[in-house]
Amino acid sequence: MQPSADSTQAIAESDAIAVERTLAGDRDAYRVLVERHSHNVFRLAYRMTGNRHDAEEVVQEAFLRGYQKLGQFAARANFGTWVYRIAANYAIDRMRQRQKEESRREAPRVQDADGIENDPLNRVKDEAPTPERLTQSLELRKQMEQALAALSDAERTAFVMRHWEGCGIEEIAGVLKSSSNATKNTVFRAVQKLRRALQPIVGTRTQARAMGTES
Amino acid sequence: MKHLKEEELIAYREGVAEQRAAISEHLAACEECRGELQRIEAVLAALDTLPVPEPGADYGRQVWKEIAPRLADKPGRWWQVWLEPRRLVAAGAVMALIVAAFVAGRFTKRDGTGDNIASKEQVRERILVVAVGEHLGHSERMLIELSNEAPNDPKQKQVDISAEQRRAEDLLQENRLYRQTALQEGDAGLASVLDELERVLLDVAHSPGEVTPAQLETIRKKIQVRGILFKVRVVSKELQQRQEATKPAPAQNESTKRERNKV
Repeated sequence: MQPSADSTQAIAESDAIAVERTLAGDRDAYRVLVERHSHNVFRLAYRMTGNRHDAEEVVQEAFLRGYQKLGQFAARANFGTWVYRIAANYAIDRMRQRQKEESRREAPRVQDADGIENDPLNRVKDEAPTPERLTQSLELRKQMEQALAALSDAERTAFVMRHWEGCGIEEIAGVLKSSSNATKNTVFRAVQKLRRALQPIVGTRTQARAMGTES
Repeated sequence: MKHLKEEELIAYREGVAEQRAAISEHLAACEECRGELQRIEAVLAALDTLPVPEPGADYGRQVWKEIAPRLADKPGRWWQVWLEPRRLVAAGAVMALIVAAFVAGRFTKRDGTGDNIASKEQVRERILVVAVGEHLGHSERMLIELSNEAPNDPKQKQVDISAEQRRAEDLLQENRLYRQTALQEGDAGLASVLDELERVLLDVAHSPGEVTPAQLETIRKKIQVRGILFKVRVVSKELQQRQEATKPAPAQNESTKRERNKV
């Protein structure tokens, strides 16, 4: 459930007081901010990184960096949005670091006879499941996770922040260091790629449900 | 009837469409576009079922417990941004230049001869040469990598230049400090090349993290038109020669400065 405008305003005011007290040297005031915003930051971090371990690391790092940079926080800004942005930036760095580590471990990329790289998106299409497998929600979940993992860092960030977290385009553009128009295009590309990867599966599943053949 | 593009339908669904009313109107009248929107929504609805683990009611307390021992007594003030490692490296390089120049000055003042004044200038210059030489090498590598960027797949519509963009941001800060130092040292030629490099670094640092091949081509052309890679190479080479020379003669210094001013 989305919080009401009044409760959002009350939280923002209470956050502003906690920030002021923290800056004045009351370290415990920061505890209030951490406890209040940890769940939201975790949700964003998990959706961006795709795993719990990295998400927890992102949450801790975001609040540590937030504390270190609190002096730069503009009094009128919203602390929740601000720490969210720090978390999104760190999650991008974490994903890049993870990719580098994985690419070092992985064997050279395989190309098929036509020279088309065997990327995760192609695998999703090639391994289109049979109707039996479609009934297994775990399999669908795996496909969706693969499709999300196949997005670029910017696409995944833009999609998570816009579609799941409801962030404004300007806010996402700030994290991606990009223009509003380029950010809108990134959201579009993300949805387009997800659609191409998942529609054959989701479409069949919906059809099976309509025909009553899905258990 | 002209149907809506996939881009418009996705923008509508994600609440970022500019002509929302017109799209709504079209959707009310067009069954085919409604069907297309439903297919997009089915994929997004499936994605919405992906679970996010619940970290637990006391998760906030756990986070606090983890980070509390690592927090300083007081949070950072605005000026502490200048104590970040990357800024410290750049500031340290400039401080080293100033200290070395001061020391060189102290030694040369003792004799006060014309030769020693020249030697003081040489020491100052040599320190600047080493630091700036390294900076130019890093900048050159970044610009070459950026010029060689290309989509991994020809069908790909965007090229990821975020790595170069971040490096440009770091180099930009160093570049400003070196340019100011070169100006203070009276090396107008070096300051001029650093000024041109700064404009290119600024362009790259302010570019989006992902660009279209056309945007990348525009950045490449800007680099080519300014001839910045050539100038950076010429100055780097010259700095290298000056660094290698054990005792550069003052006359040679002047001539090399004059040569660089022509670049």
